[in-house]
Amino acid sequence: MHTLRVLVTDDEMGMRLGVTRTLRDFSVCVPDVNGAVAFAVDQAESGEEALGKIDRSPPDILLLDHKMPGISGLEVLDHLAGRETDMLTIMITAYASIETAVAATKRGAYDFLAKPFTPDELKSTIRKAAARLILAKQARQLTEEKRRVRFEFIRVLGHELKAPLNAVAGYLDILRDHQLGDDLAAYEELVARSLARMDGMRKLIADLLDLTQIESGQKNRELTKVDLAAAAASAIEAVAAQGAARAVTLQLHSAGPLVISADVREIEIIFNNLLTNAIKYNRDGGRVDVALQRAGEQAAIVVSDTGIGMKGEELKQLFGEFVRIRNEKTHHIPGSGLGLSIVKKLALLYGGDVAVESRPDAGSTFTVTLDAEV
Amino acid sequence: MSEPQSQRTVLLVDDDDDFLFQHRLHLETAGFNVLVAHGQKEAEVFLARQRPDLAVIDVMMENPDAGFTLCHRIRKQDASIPVILVTSVNSETGLDFALSTDEQRSWIKADSLLTKPIRFEQLQREIDRVFSRAAVKA
Repeated sequence: MHTLRVLVTDDEMGMRLGVTRTLRDFSVCVPDVNGAVAFAVDQAESGEEALGKIDRSPPDILLLDHKMPGISGLEVLDHLAGRETDMLTIMITAYASIETAVAATKRGAYDFLAKPFTPDELKSTIRKAAARLILAKQARQLTEEKRRVRFEFIRVLGHELKAPLNAVAGYLDILRDHQLGDDLAAYEELVARSLARMDGMRKLIADLLDLTQIESGQKNRELTKVDLAAAAASAIEAVAAQGAARAVTLQLHSAGPLVISADVREIEIIFNNLLTNAIKYNRDGGRVDVALQRAGEQAAIVVSDTGIGMKGEELKQLFGEFVRIRNEKTHHIPGSGLGLSIVKKLALLYGGDVAVESRPDAGSTFTVTLDAEV
Repeated sequence: MSEPQSQRTVLLVDDDDDFLFQHRLHLETAGFNVLVAHGQKEAEVFLARQRPDLAVIDVMMENPDAGFTLCHRIRKQDASIPVILVTSVNSETGLDFALSTDEQRSWIKADSLLTKPIRFEQLQREIDRVFSRAAVKA
């Protein structure tokens, strides 16, 4: 249970005890919060004492009498002005005058209670303040979480961009120092390896731009009628050379046009990522089968390969950003680690999802579902 | 120097093929016998058969901490094999650790930790250092 701290500041002992008693067993339920919110009440009998307590440890809610013998409630607010705090102040005043209300609001008071008030009036005011505090706290946690996720992404991105640079720099060092002697042919592999790393870096940057565009609110999305069968056929053609290089056969299974409303570029990205993965993680001479299905309101793209497959624990993390399954079967396969996270984000955008079934050394099947409305 | 370097075998473990290619070249030129492994599991297969004189291990491989795990295994198997950890995880990328004290060395279980990119001269210096430290202990 969440507990909010309340400091009641009033020179009348009866008022302090009354508030304490009313809130002692009071709890409120705030929407979107698990469990109830309870209150711990502390007391101060003067503005001076309240300021001392607030200095040491600010409460969540300050119940503040306006008229007190020493410094007044408004003066307490003056002292508190300009502090960075979430504390909400509720002014208690015997003269519910507009002037006092305006003066207190200008000094940052959140709400008012006019004396005399009933326990129910107190509870209702406290309930409102509690809801506001909890929601503000949640909003801040969400912002912090977003910032943390962003930082983590950039941290890993930095790592992924530095690795190819280090590799290319290493080869250039060898070239500069003529470490392989005078045989020029011996240097060709170093150049080829350097170019391959730069290709990988280019792909990473392209994926990064795709990802950023998807996340940026899709300003450039253009929804038209897209035939998935035609899109699949042209995607297969686009990767044909890559497949041929490893003698991987690609085949489309579709029962004619399957038209959905989509951005054609996004559909291309989905097919391209699924197909290049199916080739890269295949065995030489393997197969890739692309099936298109309509299941009620949804269309499904099913891509199966006969490749290295994955283990159960590897599947769990597969759709995260920069997740690459690293083992002795995959170390030589280039990839940005962003492709499947892009596919997942796009599928969600189309009211669908992506699922995977896989068996080590037998192959994997990826199923992307998309809303099929036209 | 207790024995000539040509006799010494270095186990080089990294999931980056280019790192393996380059440092194998350097180490072989420097007269070492080099075994390469692409990850913790492959390295463990080597270790079951053969005792290298030194292991140079990347930290992030199959798992973010595969290098630490491997290092720990080597220590348990034969504490006399010096281990140099290599990582591109440093203060710039979020994680910072040093191996400047014996306490840190015993916690990380490595003799040395280098931050990528590493130049071969740097690795060579570190290899000389861990061998001379191992010689003192022996």
